[in-house]
Parts: sequence; structure tokens; C-alpha cells
Amino acid sequence: MSRFLVCPPDYFQIDYEINPWMRRANGVDSARAVGQWQTLMKVLEEEVGAGIERMQPVQGLPDLVFTANAGLVVGRRALVSRFRYPERQREEAHFERWFREQGYEVLTLDQSLYFEGAGDLLGFADTWFGGYHQRSDIRAFPRLSEIFQREIIPLELIDSRFYHLDTCFCPLSGGDLLYLPSAFDSYGQAAIAQRIPEDRRLAVPEEEGVRFACNAVCIGKQVVIPADCPLTTKLLEDRGYHTHPVQLDEFMKSGGAAKCLTLALN
Amino acid sequence: MTASQETVFLQGHIIDSLILAKVLDTILMMGGTFDLQDVAIGTTREATSQARIVVRAPSGRLLAEILQAIQPHGAAVEREADCRFEPAPAAGVFPEQFYATTHLPTQIRLDGEWVEVAGMEMDLGICVDSAKARARTIPMGTVTTGDLIVIGREGIRVTPLARPTERDVFGFMESVVSSERPHHPVIADIARRMQKLREWHRQGRADGKVLLAGGPAIVHAGGREALTWLIETGYIQLLFCGNALAAHDMEAGLYGTSLGYGLTAGRSVPHGHEHHLRTINRIRAIGSIQEAVRSGVITDGIMAACVRREVKMVMAGTIRDDGPLPGVLTDSMMAQQAMRAEIPGVGLALLVASTLHAIATGNLLPATVPTVCVDVNPAVPTKLADRGSFQAVGLVMDAASFLKELARELGWRP
Repeated sequence: MSRFLVCPPDYFQIDYEINPWMRRANGVDSARAVGQWQTLMKVLEEEVGAGIERMQPVQGLPDLVFTANAGLVVGRRALVSRFRYPERQREEAHFERWFREQGYEVLTLDQSLYFEGAGDLLGFADTWFGGYHQRSDIRAFPRLSEIFQREIIPLELIDSRFYHLDTCFCPLSGGDLLYLPSAFDSYGQAAIAQRIPEDRRLAVPEEEGVRFACNAVCIGKQVVIPADCPLTTKLLEDRGYHTHPVQLDEFMKSGGAAKCLTLALN
Repeated sequence: MTASQETVFLQGHIIDSLILAKVLDTILMMGGTFDLQDVAIGTTREATSQARIVVRAPSGRLLAEILQAIQPHGAAVEREADCRFEPAPAAGVFPEQFYATTHLPTQIRLDGEWVEVAGMEMDLGICVDSAKARARTIPMGTVTTGDLIVIGREGIRVTPLARPTERDVFGFMESVVSSERPHHPVIADIARRMQKLREWHRQGRADGKVLLAGGPAIVHAGGREALTWLIETGYIQLLFCGNALAAHDMEAGLYGTSLGYGLTAGRSVPHGHEHHLRTINRIRAIGSIQEAVRSGVITDGIMAACVRREVKMVMAGTIRDDGPLPGVLTDSMMAQQAMRAEIPGVGLALLVASTLHAIATGNLLPATVPTVCVDVNPAVPTKLADRGSFQAVGLVMDAASFLKELARELGWRP
């Protein structure tokens, strides 16, 4: 069974602006956010059959809800993130404590190497892809390669709206890739094309890219995807995936959706 | 001419991700150049690759911009060490591990700052001033006890020559020596450069001097009039020669012979072998070449032109010299120092018909000075190149033909 770490949105709000989506003036409707988050949990647990681990929310850390950035979990090892912005650096200790309490072997990188966890490192069985330039530092990847013995292809994120790799790049089971080509430069697109054949690349249209169509959670043939992305949903259905659209627009005010709200634990 | 440079290190899955290509493209697109020094490709899919890249740019500012642009892609500037130096153990002796210079632009790192080494010349040491802020080259023989001399190889960088913008013979910076190479295009390029330098010199620019280092074959072969004209019309600002060129030039003026041969009749003249001795003796009696010209004893030729145009002459003696003439420096280390002192500001060097003076001058010139070596013997330009003056353009031809053609190209109508 797939297991995910999540954090209830009790204190989720927009306290600061560290990406182009965040506007303090564009406040979160807390009740609505809680409702959307609970729906997501219900879909994951009941429709997809995933296991959910909930961590304790912390007042004053609104983005703790985006557990994808807690770190990277491989087997029983958890590498804790080092956030670029001080606003989120305060989350590091909480994520680290959770990993320790659960008995993970906790790893860290050099303090100067920003790395924002599974938000910037995604991949297939033998090749991982690392997003850099917006949040994570490209120099983190050779270290991660060494630690986890994986090939990591760095991809520059050229559009500040797609500031984490998981906002524009979503590997699917069976080797397919859902992605937004315009979030990468020609080098990145060529590197992706070299690893993933054309018939396995599902390009998300721009108008759905900005609705976080790529910020999806794939478990087997089930894909939990933000609502209002009909073209992407059709792309996935045509490819044999079963989609589960969930309305998550309250979280998009902060620049995240289904994938950002979960951290795969196995 | 000195470019700025910095070495960066790139590591990771940089090949398939095209990160290396992106970094190199960025350097080029921004107007820089690069040398890939070490590239180690990972042997398994998981293994990372590494590249060490020397980045160069025409200015320090552009270099900083390039480094800033490639830094987010993982290109980290390598930590470089300051250069090391030691006090000279005795007068005229370098420390054991002294760094020997090339004639290429060189910088040393002092307290984190890259400092340009002044007076670049091959085969010298580098001396750091007591404030440890400046550096200049220093010949072994002139070192005094305690001078701070650079040792080892750390914190020293040598910059290859940037390709000049001019598309003339000097643009290739290669010493192809061939008697079958067409002379005319090379001479036309030299003439064009001399016109430009004369203009610069007249405007008071410090880098517009043309140096001619020549041997007596210039006079024997009949190049005296052409060279005299070049000096008189302001195309040459500095002359390096020995006792012989000066002696035979003035012999020609006084007796119409060169080493006893009638220059017009072309045969030996009775007692002609004494002419150069009598000439030298006469000048010694007068006291100096300058006085001989001023007093009207010497009225024409190369020496007269140099004195009238106030062209600086450095005359270096040898062990076969007769006399020598007043002004000839017979201490060869002193002569070397006197020649060295005149090198700053030289924008073109013509080394004509003298193995000794061509090699001696070549050794003193930084690689940035365009240089032409003219000799009937192909061994001379070859030897010059073999001794490191790779920038010298070799012309295998007779000195008089060269000077006449050059002067004609510049408007001489005998």
C-alpha cells in the first residue's frame, strides 16, 4: 500500500509572499481549505486506497501543509530539506523530528545547499530528475546521486510560477510523464526527450498547467489531479489512467495542489 | 590585451542533462571563451561527471557577469591559493624553487587579488614588492639579497594571447618559416602597421614605437639608403645594433665602402680593409657618434638619420669587435639591461639580418609585441621560434630587398 505524509491545514493561510501565486491580499477561506483538504484525504484513502500518516500542524507555519517539501524518503532513509527562504526554514526542525520519531535514518545536506525535497526531485525507477534555479541548488544533486546511487538529471525551472519541479513535471507509473514543456528551456526539453520517448510524454496545455494539472498524485493507474483540468484528464484517461479530480483552489493561492500536499513514504 | 580568467568546476549528471552544453553556450553567447581542462565522464549511469573549465573574457567586468550567469547551473569558481614567495638567498641568486616566466601576460594572486606582472619577458623571475601589492619580472643577475621572489606554481596564471582583431599577417601569430612564402603580402601588412604606429607615435601614444634590431648585412647588401629613409621619415623610433652596423654605415659615408668593398663598384678597394678601422678611430677621436654627426663629419646614412631624428640607439658589443665605437656597451649584461629598458612602448619589432641581435631582442620581447624576423638564412627565424618567440613572423629574404620593398611600400622613391 502507498503511504503518504500529510499535515492538516489548521494554520494554513498566506502570511508571506515567496512565489508569484502568493498574495497576502488574496486570503485563504479556511473552512473551504479544510473541506478541500479533507476531500483529498478521502479520495486518497477511500478511492485510491492509500495509507495516510498525519503530522501535527504548527501554529505560525502555514506552509507545513505542503509536506512534499519535507524532504526525500527512500526506504528507511529520510533526507531532510534545506529551504531557500527563511520563512520556510522554520519547518525543517518539525519535519526532522517527525522522521526521527518514526524511526527513519535522518540525513542532511550541507547547510549551504538548498534542497526542497520531493518537490524538486521526482523520477522513475532508475532515473531521477531534479528541478533547480528557483528553489533547490543544482549542486545538491551530485550529493544526492552519491547518497542514493541514482542518476539525477538536473532540469532548470525557467518560469517563476513553476518554482518546484512538481508544479510542472509528474512522472506516472508505467514510465509515462505528464509535464508542461514551457516550464523548461530547450536544453531541459532535449534532456527530457532523450530519456522519455515521445509516445510516453503527455504535454499539458498551458491553460491547465497554470491550474496545477501537473501537481498530481499517481498511484498505480489512479491519478489524483486538481479539478478544472479536462484536457489533461482526457489525456490521462486515453492513456489508460483512472482520474480523480479534486477541487484544491484554496491551496493554489499559495502555489500548491495535490502533489504538494503529500509526501510519498514508499 | 590581457584577458581576465577564472577556473570553474562543474559536477553532476552534466552530460545527458545538457548542463555542460548550457554552461559552455552561455559563456560563448555572453562574449567569453573557454578551455575545457579536465573532463571526467561517469562510467556508470549513477556516477557523476566532472569538468574543469577555464573561462576567459575581454574584461574583468564581463567575466564577473559570465560567472554570475553560470553559477546557478552549478559552475563553482575553484578556490585558488595565493602565490608563494621567498626572499632571495644572496645577490644574483633566486630561491631554489623560483618560478621561471614565459613572455605571455601573467598574473599572480597576492592576498586574494590577481595582480598583473609588469615587464613580461621570458626566462626571468617574478619579484613582489615589499608592500606585497605589486609584482614585476626580474633578471637573475640583478636580484639583491632578500628580494621577494615568487616560487612554485600556485597562484600564478598565464594568459594565452587573444587573437588580434586585425586580419593581417600578425593575426595568425605563427612563425611559419619558408623561403617559398610570398613576401609581398607580408611586407604590405608590415607597412600598414608601421603607418598606423607612426600616427599613434605622432599623437603621443606610448605604445607606438617601432624597433629595428639589425646587423651589418643591411649595409653590405645595400639596404642602407632604404633604412635611412625609414628613419628620416619617422617610421622607426628605436634601433638595436652592434658595433658593426654603426661602423660600416659610417664607413660607407666616409669612404663609400662597406668592409672594404666599394658599394657602387662592387669590388675591393686598395687598403679598403682598413676603412672600418679608420672610421672607428676617427669617431673615437671625435668622442661620440652624435658629435660626429653634429660637427658634419658624418653627413648621411643610418647613424646620421638616428642622431637627427633623435632615434634611441642601443649598441651592444661582442668579443670580435674592433674598437669599439664610443657608445657601444661592452658589458653584455649592461647592454641587455639597456635594451630591456627601451622595450616598453614597442608596438612592432623588426629583427633584420642578425642572428645575435634577433635572438637577444626576441628574448626581451613580450609575446604581445608583433615581431618580424628577416634573414636570408632560414635557420635564424626558426631558431628564434624554437627559443620561444612563437609570435615572430619569419621572412626568408635578403635584408636589403626587404628594407627597399618596405620603404617603397611606404612611399620611398629613390
